[in-house]
Amino acid sequence: MNPNSVSGAMQTQSPKPTSYVFQIENLSVYYGSNPAVKNVSLKVPARQITAFIGPSGCGKSTVLRCFNRTNDLIPGARVEGKLTYHGKDLYAADVDPVSVRRHIGMVFQKPNPFPKSIYDNVAYGPRVLGMKVDLDEVVETSLKRAALWDEVKDKLKESGQSLSGGQQQRLCIARALAVQPDVILMDEPCSALDPISTRRIEELMKELEQDYTIIIVTHNMQQASRVSDMTAFFSVELVGSNRVGELVEFDKTEVIFNNPSKEATRDYVEGRFG
Amino acid sequence: MSDSARFIGEEEKIDISSIAPIRNYSSRFLTFLSILCVVVLLASLSWVLWDVAKEGVNKLNWYNLTQIRYPAPGLEDGGFGHAIVGSLMVLSTAAVISFPFGILAAVYLSEFGRGTRLAYLVKFSCNVLTGVPAILCGLFAYAVVVRGSGFSAFSGGIATGVLMLPIVIRSTEEALLLVSPDMRLASVGLGSTRFQTTMRIVLPTAAPAIVTGLIVALARAAGEAAPLLFTSFNNNFWSTDLFGPVATLPVMTYFFAIIPFRPQQQLAWAGALVLLAMVLVASTISRFVVHKTKK
Ligand SMILES: Nc1ncnc2c1ncn2[C@@H]1O[C@H](COP(=O)(O)OP(=O)(O)OP(=O)(O)O)[C@@H](O)[C@H]1O
Ligand SMILES: [Mg+2]
Repeated sequence: MNPNSVSGAMQTQSPKPTSYVFQIENLSVYYGSNPAVKNVSLKVPARQITAFIGPSGCGKSTVLRCFNRTNDLIPGARVEGKLTYHGKDLYAADVDPVSVRRHIGMVFQKPNPFPKSIYDNVAYGPRVLGMKVDLDEVVETSLKRAALWDEVKDKLKESGQSLSGGQQQRLCIARALAVQPDVILMDEPCSALDPISTRRIEELMKELEQDYTIIIVTHNMQQASRVSDMTAFFSVELVGSNRVGELVEFDKTEVIFNNPSKEATRDYVEGRFG
Repeated sequence: MSDSARFIGEEEKIDISSIAPIRNYSSRFLTFLSILCVVVLLASLSWVLWDVAKEGVNKLNWYNLTQIRYPAPGLEDGGFGHAIVGSLMVLSTAAVISFPFGILAAVYLSEFGRGTRLAYLVKFSCNVLTGVPAILCGLFAYAVVVRGSGFSAFSGGIATGVLMLPIVIRSTEEALLLVSPDMRLASVGLGSTRFQTTMRIVLPTAAPAIVTGLIVALARAAGEAAPLLFTSFNNNFWSTDLFGPVATLPVMTYFFAIIPFRPQQQLAWAGALVLLAMVLVASTISRFVVHKTKK
């Protein structure tokens, strides 16, 4: 697809002034010598929710991990192509991945609070970064933003792992918010949660959208259509014996779900995939 | 055992007809086989324990435990308090040597060096070291330390430490690998360095499992006489000199078991019993600690 046509459409239709946080051009990621995704190009608009959908193994998580350079930590992973963050090349030689990650928070599929108290979980980021802040205040505001404060304010000393799954996930969001990131990446954040917790997290995302750019990977079509402004549909193609992921279509969520330009997208969002 | 037996019983009651008979028989046969294995294992273990306890308890009294020199051959008057202290000295030295090196090596293997050539080399040497007979560890310490400075508790500690090293590395590495990769990514994703992640998240999370592994390594090494035979050697008298020969429980058991005097043989049994008790207490304490910290 042509990224220019998308941005053209965006500029005329988007209600918010559009600036792009990330711009990817011809991004390919390899594990060892096998390409996992090839030639992805897209632009992630600021202060909106961008959803990645697509069948399992098409490289959604892989692309997501490029944004905060956590692929660097996977042995054998290699990234090719261009990825800019506010116009700066994220993979330039002089970029320190550690300082990149501080601006780009991540929430994972399985809630994974550290085996520490609720307070220490949230305070972990500011502490390791040596932020000169009032920790009590940061913990309180982060937990409030993550809509968890009322449930835990009397037991901040208890282990984060003693909370329910949904609460743990909100704790992980609070933990990410505590370092005042610019972007939040979420990799299937609700897939281990019940519908009520899922709904709470979705509401939370809509609220956070005011101040943060959010990229979410989800297998839940309703979720993508409910929360996201932009949707990227990835698919997987058989090249020889390799399954290689690719970006099929990237557009506003209404367009992807109601009037996609590709047959494959239509089949997938209508559940006729496979 | 009883659980699986009951489970099979219920299965039969519910729908025996739908299960192919051959499956039913092989299932019963395999259950029987595994129960048999458990029984054989438990029986031999309790046999050993019973034998050691029966013979050892005769001479296990406060007097023997607190006497600080061995009885002269054939005589009764003496005990092995100094051998307990000697064993503790050797084991502490071994722990001081093998724990830091072992833990650091394991941290390198699982956190920093995964997939590198050096890591491969370390792993390979570790596997080789696991297969090295204990007596060779003793010879190593003999060649390196004893030939220069004579028999000593210190050299015994080195031999035992070398013996423990691969066990420490392996169990610690396994404990570290149990920490979910997501946990590391989450920590790194908050802007912490890999060093901070290792120190503040990975090691504390794995701590209970690491401690268990360390105690197991120590317990395993506590009973080894082979590495001590020509390192810490033996001492009939009380000594707390780290750089002189000391008596130890395994070496005492070995020496006294093969001399033809009844009182000494009985002391050997008692020494073996004390050794068993020490290992039991250590592993019970570690279990307890792990259980406590998990809550
Ligand atoms: N750490 C890794 N090492 C090697 N290959 C990997 C690794 N992670 C992912 N892959 C491969 O990359 C491809 C894309 O995986 P990825 O996890 O990005 O898919 P996904 O779209 O997130 O799938 P899912 O929806 O199941 O989470 C897969 O073929 C997978 O086997
Ligand atoms: Mg994924």
